[in-house]
Amino acid sequence: MSGRAGEVMRTGLWGNNPGLVQLLGLCPLLAVSTSLVNGLGLGIATTLVLIASNVTVSVIRDFVRPEIRIPVFVLVIASFVTAVELAMNAWFHELYRVLGIFIPLIVTNCAIIGRAEAFASREPPLLAAVDGLAMGLGFTGVLVSLGAARELIGQGTLFSGAHMMFGDGARVLEWQFIDSGFLLALLPPGAFIGLGLMVAAKNLIDARLEQRRTPATAVTGQAASEAA
Amino acid sequence: MLRAAGILAGFGVFGTLLVAVTWESTAERIAENERAYLLRTLADVLPEGAYDNAVHEDFITVIDPELLGTSAPVTVYRARSNSRPVAVVMTPTAPGGYSGPIRLLVGILADGTVSGVRVVAHRETPGLGDKVEVRRNDWILDFQGRSLANPVREHWAVQRDGGVFDQFTGATITPRAVVSAVRDALIYFDANRDALFAAPAGAEELPPQPAEEEETE
Repeated sequence: MSGRAGEVMRTGLWGNNPGLVQLLGLCPLLAVSTSLVNGLGLGIATTLVLIASNVTVSVIRDFVRPEIRIPVFVLVIASFVTAVELAMNAWFHELYRVLGIFIPLIVTNCAIIGRAEAFASREPPLLAAVDGLAMGLGFTGVLVSLGAARELIGQGTLFSGAHMMFGDGARVLEWQFIDSGFLLALLPPGAFIGLGLMVAAKNLIDARLEQRRTPATAVTGQAASEAA
Repeated sequence: MLRAAGILAGFGVFGTLLVAVTWESTAERIAENERAYLLRTLADVLPEGAYDNAVHEDFITVIDPELLGTSAPVTVYRARSNSRPVAVVMTPTAPGGYSGPIRLLVGILADGTVSGVRVVAHRETPGLGDKVEVRRNDWILDFQGRSLANPVREHWAVQRDGGVFDQFTGATITPRAVVSAVRDALIYFDANRDALFAAPAGAEELPPQPAEEEETE
């Protein structure tokens, strides 16, 4: 079990990352990643929904009949998203104002129903929770990196708006790197270019790793790549 | 089939319950947040400590598409001290923004001086038009202390149009829209001053005006 959990974790964070490999949930990913804090906020909200919906779907997988599973998944996901939305409105009001429509739009993030259908409806609850966590963190990682890069290039800051999430004490984190930035990074094309570069970088790293492994364990490396 | 319908209905109930419980336990806090947020934004455009009423509860709505930029009702908050008029906060819209209307808060003292202007919502280009936001640029603070006499009406425009207000490099349309919206709000206030303060809280239109020969531009 712990071996499987580790594998599930690695798959979500890297091998089958929802943002870089599955390319699911691109709409919020590209729209919200204008700053690190925005990315982190949406990433955490998405992760919470993913874990909750994965566990629920896994618990009910034995008695929900196939023909009604999709509407049931949608009901479950929509309920959790609404709950998270209300909670954010109550506890992180300023961040909620910034993220606005993208919180309710988590419902339409294909990564969530995709995991419910592809993984949680076939696996036990604990493993489904690990998968939700891994996929959520993988998605958050992409959101945060892309947000940080766009914020730094676009307006020369990092952690701007951190007080919206962590309270006024976090204002010390908000540092100004340069006074102005390269505007393109903040505009929608900047999101596409940034994500493209990240996908390319991931493929490059994978290729390098593959190359390094090949001479030593040619056969297993081959098998692993085929399995992937 | 019936069993499937039953399961589906069960999840409907489960989902509704989850949302209802969350709503119940957050509703009070959310209302509190909304109120605090409104108070904070109103306080931004009002002179500090000059009023003692609950501004966010003392409001009326008025309609004037010509001067307030929208055909929808516009909320006007009234600030008072010992029940005497101190200032209003109007919420007009600048219809001429570069990518859609810009919603404003305009605080106006009883004597017709601007006590503060803030942008509440806009869709201007990041890095160009969004300098009307106070957290990006000090530009919007230039309105403070202005009135219809300062500068005179012909100079209530951006510099490119022969006025006194700065424009931004690469963005003239946004400042132009905001400047004329603030000017129009001042003109509206000038024409309806007494009625704005006299209307009972919650009123949806102004009481009939005493005959006035106010020229409109």
